Amino acid sequence: MNLEFTPEEIAFRDEVRAFIAENYPKQLEGLTQRDDLDPADMVAWHKVLGEKGWSVPAWPEEYGGTGWTPTQRYIWSEENARVNAVMPLPFGTSMVGPVIYTFGSDEQKAQHLAGIRSGDVWWCQGYSEPGAGSDLASLKTTAVRDGDHYVLNGQKTWTTLAQHADWGFFLCRTDPDAAKPQQGISFILVDMKTPGIEVRPIKLIDGGYEVNETWLDDVRVPVENLVGQENMGWTYAKFLLAHERSGIAGVARSKRGVEQLRGIAKSEQLDGAPLMSDFDFARKVSQLEIDLSALEITELRTLAGEQAGKGPGPESSILKIKGTEIQQRLTELTLEAVGHYGTPFYPSVSDAGSNEYPVGPSYAEHSAASYFNMRKTSIYGGSNEIQRNIITKMILGL
Amino acid sequence: MDFNFTEEQDMVRDSLTRLVRENYGWETRMAAINSENGLNPGTWAQLAELGLFGMPFAEEDGGFGGGAVDAMIVMEEFGKGLVVEPFVPTVVCAGGFLKHAGTAAQKEEHIGGIVDGSQIFAFAYAEPRGRYDYADLETTAKKDGSGYILNGHKAVVIGAPWATHLIVTARTSGERRDKQGVSVFVIDKSADGVVTRDYATVDGRRASEVFFENASIPAEALIGEEGGGLPLIERVTDEAIAAQCAEACGAMKVAHTMTVDYSRERKQFGVPIGSFQVLQHRMVDMYTEYEQSVSMTYLATLKLDAPEAERKLAVSAAKVRIGQAAHHIGQEAIQIHGGNGMTDEYAIGHYFKRLTIFDSEFGNVDHHMKRHMTLANA
Repeated sequence: MNLEFTPEEIAFRDEVRAFIAENYPKQLEGLTQRDDLDPADMVAWHKVLGEKGWSVPAWPEEYGGTGWTPTQRYIWSEENARVNAVMPLPFGTSMVGPVIYTFGSDEQKAQHLAGIRSGDVWWCQGYSEPGAGSDLASLKTTAVRDGDHYVLNGQKTWTTLAQHADWGFFLCRTDPDAAKPQQGISFILVDMKTPGIEVRPIKLIDGGYEVNETWLDDVRVPVENLVGQENMGWTYAKFLLAHERSGIAGVARSKRGVEQLRGIAKSEQLDGAPLMSDFDFARKVSQLEIDLSALEITELRTLAGEQAGKGPGPESSILKIKGTEIQQRLTELTLEAVGHYGTPFYPSVSDAGSNEYPVGPSYAEHSAASYFNMRKTSIYGGSNEIQRNIITKMILGL
Repeated sequence: MDFNFTEEQDMVRDSLTRLVRENYGWETRMAAINSENGLNPGTWAQLAELGLFGMPFAEEDGGFGGGAVDAMIVMEEFGKGLVVEPFVPTVVCAGGFLKHAGTAAQKEEHIGGIVDGSQIFAFAYAEPRGRYDYADLETTAKKDGSGYILNGHKAVVIGAPWATHLIVTARTSGERRDKQGVSVFVIDKSADGVVTRDYATVDGRRASEVFFENASIPAEALIGEEGGGLPLIERVTDEAIAAQCAEACGAMKVAHTMTVDYSRERKQFGVPIGSFQVLQHRMVDMYTEYEQSVSMTYLATLKLDAPEAERKLAVSAAKVRIGQAAHHIGQEAIQIHGGNGMTDEYAIGHYFKRLTIFDSEFGNVDHHMKRHMTLANA
């Protein structure tokens, strides 16, 4: 057993570090909050990586993956986190992309994979519904066959950034009479410009608009847009969720967050000394860092398993639970660190009057909003209660 | 021992409950906090008509001779409705300074205005580098003839955009963090040299950064002893903490009730999510935290007139316990509401945000844990 990088891995790290230093878009420097980004900013780095051939490292090489080992991919995410890079959005690259190359037709691969790699086509996810959250299989949106088309009707919710999306992947019920709710669901690709789709923004508690309600009213979709087989969508959906979970730990980003927290706590003062030298506060930061170490090694063990040919299994639920708890704790401590300056509301770019200079120190600016926003992480991607159910069933066998 | 309220106190609570329900419904509140000045026109006057603002003052000063328990009752109802009106800065803080240390002339000038609602106060104590230490002051008041010249920057002054007057802490002598040399002043917000930058807060209130640029203030602005203001500030802020603990209790009660109700209505897997034991136990823990918080609010409130050390121990204990409970209940309420709890549309997120900010006002959990440790081991 050995935790150290090999000389080859160190050389790889130096290569990607140099590439990032030279090519990371200048307009993104210093922008870390999604609220500060306009749509072009959100895909700027993705497009650079698309040119380079590095936008989808985990994909099989025949579909444009880099062929990197899991360790190299880990190094890649670490190096990006060092500069707080605005990474490619997951909806194409780590959600629908793998579904298409695994289960899609040759035509679908030819039509969609290139746009996902390049960042030219923006995807959104139509999974949850107002009545189908944790119990996703109870979804009610229907797709009824009519000649060469499916006609979609229903309401999706939490469709992240659908306001900018070109395409969406939707779970729809194609067999209402199936014996179990999991059966009778199909996975359908939808051009978001199709008549009958209405995207309505949802304002969140941090004041931002990252999610939407998406209404489908007699939306006619060619049958060629069905992925895999009709009524087999649940299998593909589960495959996708396991992929989503494996990236959800956010270790590299949280490590960067801990560094930033230390920086903030060195600037903030308590009794004329840096907050970071206060025992009570330092203890909490160390606790967080210790938890993060445990998560990091757990993730590396999972990666090593993948390297040995095992796909992401139910243990990825551990990564989701601990990863999101750490992200939440990190923002909670950051808010605590900034003291009084967590209280002002800082309008985002989506609001008017956002050009004002910050009220307190600039690092305090989004501390409360980030804390509020991160509460979503233990809810989305299968709530942490659902993750515990998965571990109960799949690992404990209860 | 007596945990009962008087008939008058029950009446005050009932009329306030009615006012909050009838005139401060959720949509009215949201329209108000999103409006230009962030207040519902008329509410302040209605609160004045109920007689709430005269509560802390002696009858001979134009008040109703009430006490801390009355403020507790008011603030619990404010917490239930997430009322943003500046009762604590005006009645508890400014009222407290005037009551404990105001001169006859200061009482004469301000108490009538507070009681009838025409004078609104904000308490400018926090500073950008002072964190929660009331003596860690960079704002200075230098003697100038018979008066003072005020210079400095006060941070996140809650309610300042609505205020007609400010209570300001400043250093009149000594070094930053010296316990001696801290003084308290009451000034007109429109005085020359007082510059404010107003903004909204994440919990639906308004605040300002307040800058003093060679503001000239008269000798009569001083409340209490020059340079000896710290014990007075500690006493008044302890009273404010007790009142805000009551507010947090009101907010926690509603957050818990909303969560239990939601768990009854929200169905997944064909049953209400409230039927899942894993959620039931968590809602029981929220309830337990709430009940402990009510107890600690009583403790803090009933010890406000105790000897200094006893008072501080009780108030810090309450602020620690309720700070922890507020985080716990706020976070669990959002989690059990799921995605809906993340939306601006659902009320629960607004309770969560108020309960979050509660911790950072007048010293957070760590600050009061330290104060408790120091006193308990003295």
